[in-house]
Amino acid sequence: MKTLKDCNKACKVKVIKLHASTDLKQRLISFGIMKESVIEVLEHAPAKSTIEVKVGKMRIALRAQEAELIEVKKI
Amino acid sequence: MSQMQEKSCPIIANHIKIALVGQPNVGKSMLINSVSNAHLHVGNFSGVTVDKTEVLFDYKDYHFTVVDLPGTYAFTDYTIEERVTHDYLCAESYDMIINVVDSTNLEKNLQLTSELMSMSKSMVIALNMSDEADKEGIDLNASYMSELLGIPCVKVSAVTKIGIEELLDAVVSVREKESQESKLIFSEPVEEEIAQIVWYLDKHRYEAKNSYRNIAINLLKNNKKTYAKLHDDPVWTELQPILIEALKHVELHHDSDDIKESFAEEYASFNRGIVAEVLKQETVDEKKTLTEKIDNILIHPFLGIPIFLFFMWALFQLTFEIGSIPMDWIDAFFGWFGDTVGATIPNDDVRSLVVDGIIAGVGAVILFVPNIIILFIGIALLESTGYMSRVAFLLDGFFHKFGMHGQSFIPLVTGFGCSIPAYMSARILKNDRDRLLTLFIIGFMSCGARLPVYVLFAGAFFSPEMAGNILFAIYIGGAMIGLIAAKVLKLTAFKGADEPFVMEMPKYRLPSVKLIWHTVLTKTMMYLKKAGTFIAAASMLIWFLSNYPHNLMIEEEYATKIEMAVSEEAKTTLVNEQAVAHLEQSYLGSIGKFSEPIFAPLGFDWKMSVALQTGLAAKEVVVSTLGVLYALGDEVDEENSSLVNAISKNISFASAVAFIVVIMIYLPCLAASIVFTREAGGIKYFFYLFAFTSIVAYALSFIAYNIALLFT
Repeated sequence: MKTLKDCNKACKVKVIKLHASTDLKQRLISFGIMKESVIEVLEHAPAKSTIEVKVGKMRIALRAQEAELIEVKKI
Repeated sequence: MSQMQEKSCPIIANHIKIALVGQPNVGKSMLINSVSNAHLHVGNFSGVTVDKTEVLFDYKDYHFTVVDLPGTYAFTDYTIEERVTHDYLCAESYDMIINVVDSTNLEKNLQLTSELMSMSKSMVIALNMSDEADKEGIDLNASYMSELLGIPCVKVSAVTKIGIEELLDAVVSVREKESQESKLIFSEPVEEEIAQIVWYLDKHRYEAKNSYRNIAINLLKNNKKTYAKLHDDPVWTELQPILIEALKHVELHHDSDDIKESFAEEYASFNRGIVAEVLKQETVDEKKTLTEKIDNILIHPFLGIPIFLFFMWALFQLTFEIGSIPMDWIDAFFGWFGDTVGATIPNDDVRSLVVDGIIAGVGAVILFVPNIIILFIGIALLESTGYMSRVAFLLDGFFHKFGMHGQSFIPLVTGFGCSIPAYMSARILKNDRDRLLTLFIIGFMSCGARLPVYVLFAGAFFSPEMAGNILFAIYIGGAMIGLIAAKVLKLTAFKGADEPFVMEMPKYRLPSVKLIWHTVLTKTMMYLKKAGTFIAAASMLIWFLSNYPHNLMIEEEYATKIEMAVSEEAKTTLVNEQAVAHLEQSYLGSIGKFSEPIFAPLGFDWKMSVALQTGLAAKEVVVSTLGVLYALGDEVDEENSSLVNAISKNISFASAVAFIVVIMIYLPCLAASIVFTREAGGIKYFFYLFAFTSIVAYALSFIAYNIALLFT
């Protein structure tokens, strides 16, 4: 299973499934991260602990732990 | 007269109460400022930590009340803001919603809009930032959008004040018309099930205020209130199996057992459809936006952190360099003011209370206002430009190791200046647990007021070359202990799953002077009002405790002695001796003597115990208390060499180390403690903080004392 955590910089992916708990899932959805949405990886923080991604026109920062719960496929 | 009354107190029927709702960073506060134009009346009614603002003004024949609700991404209870907004929209009474939407990011913003639409409330959509949308080549057809959604959509710009009147006109016309059912359309399977439920309700002529369609949607969304209502109705027995089948169908269609997720997807596809219809954008050029260019530098994996550290360093330099200029004036003013007022009061006790108690105490608080203003401006700048989110992004990895959140950094650094603004800035943390943990740790960052104590002791026990390094070690040591304490608290008191870190990185924006002025002004006034009143009271209390009870025997004894003294020097010594004798038998002295056994294991005498306790009021007081107690008169500061001598003579090295450790860790000053209690949301947290800091301070001080004893 490929997750958002495994993606490199400038990589574009499509979300297949969210494996997060209900609360976090709601949070991700409210930021536009849901099935079928397209995510572009913009930047990694030092040690890859945090990732900056772009969903639609919005830039979002999330931790590697959270990114691991987002199943994606390359497009 | 009657005309006047009519104007200021309009008829209830013409009153429109509006809830202003929108996602964060869509310019809601700016819009409310442009709409009401001249702050006719701005009243703050604060919740626990988040304020909703109410603005009143008149337009045409209507009296408007606009409630500015905190920004929220969706209808959830994840952050405090979202909770405040959600509760308000569900429970309070209001006539209409104005949904503020960022035109440059329509699809994302519509996610909240579609949730609002299913609430069956009258609504107007303000398509804000239309000027920026024009610049980005976005062509938005507002009238077509109004038609598609069944909700009036008005293009506005809070910055250029375009479309404000049209927005208010739309509000008035919605108010005057019958409310219209919004035109939210779902995917075929969901529409089928809605039709099925509507048909059933219609067949049984179920009586309800809301439309059948609305009820059906709410049932499918698992809305608890709708369920509760229908559950008590006879139709429920037959409706239930229909509903179970319907939910199964929807779940199957979306391949998910989470109905909320399914509906979010439904909304998203509806919104995609709307955006495709109403929005035309010139071919997007692949050039990088300004925000992306800036981000390339500011959150660069290697350069990002050094750049940030430079900004913080600059902010602190400004805070203390520029802040110290007016400080001297304020100090001089209160000195003069005290003397002038003192001269008009004939009674000794009253004069002492007013001059040494109230004026001196309040003056000490006002002294820090320049620093606080500069710090607040700096923080408001960092926040409103969007840089703060970048800092959180850069530092989250490091802070997460200690159980804290990336955004904890700002309050912690602010804590090196003064704990009060630090506690207030902890509000940027959205999650309750993260915020509380940060509030508990802020005190470990040694504030500016503790510096005099450190300077005094470092000077007394170390050579001048070493003193600077010792100071640095004390500050770093405090911060390290703080991080360790955070980890310990996280593993014990604040145990639980790690809070996720999912945060928007907003576009960079030029800060608005008006908005920054407003934030800084409110925060500063709050500091003056709250801390000022409490400090005044505390100063009076300390003054009283150190002056009473009067002992006539001592007074008479010294009065004769002073009269007989030959030289001026001898007189001064006698006056100081009298002060000590008086203090020793005062209430404060009794407290010191009483608490001496508690502090004996740390090697403190009663004078040090008293100094620690007066330090609870304000850390600056520790030095002046020590000065009085070691009989040097009132006028002492950390550079007074005779106090340095007195301390190195009277206090052992080990006791001094233990004393420094306690000062580093124990409870912050009274004003800060009060702000802490307010920010944490309850007096019980104050007792937790008191217990936590006291135990840590005592334990570490005990260890430090015994280690230091080994070396001497």
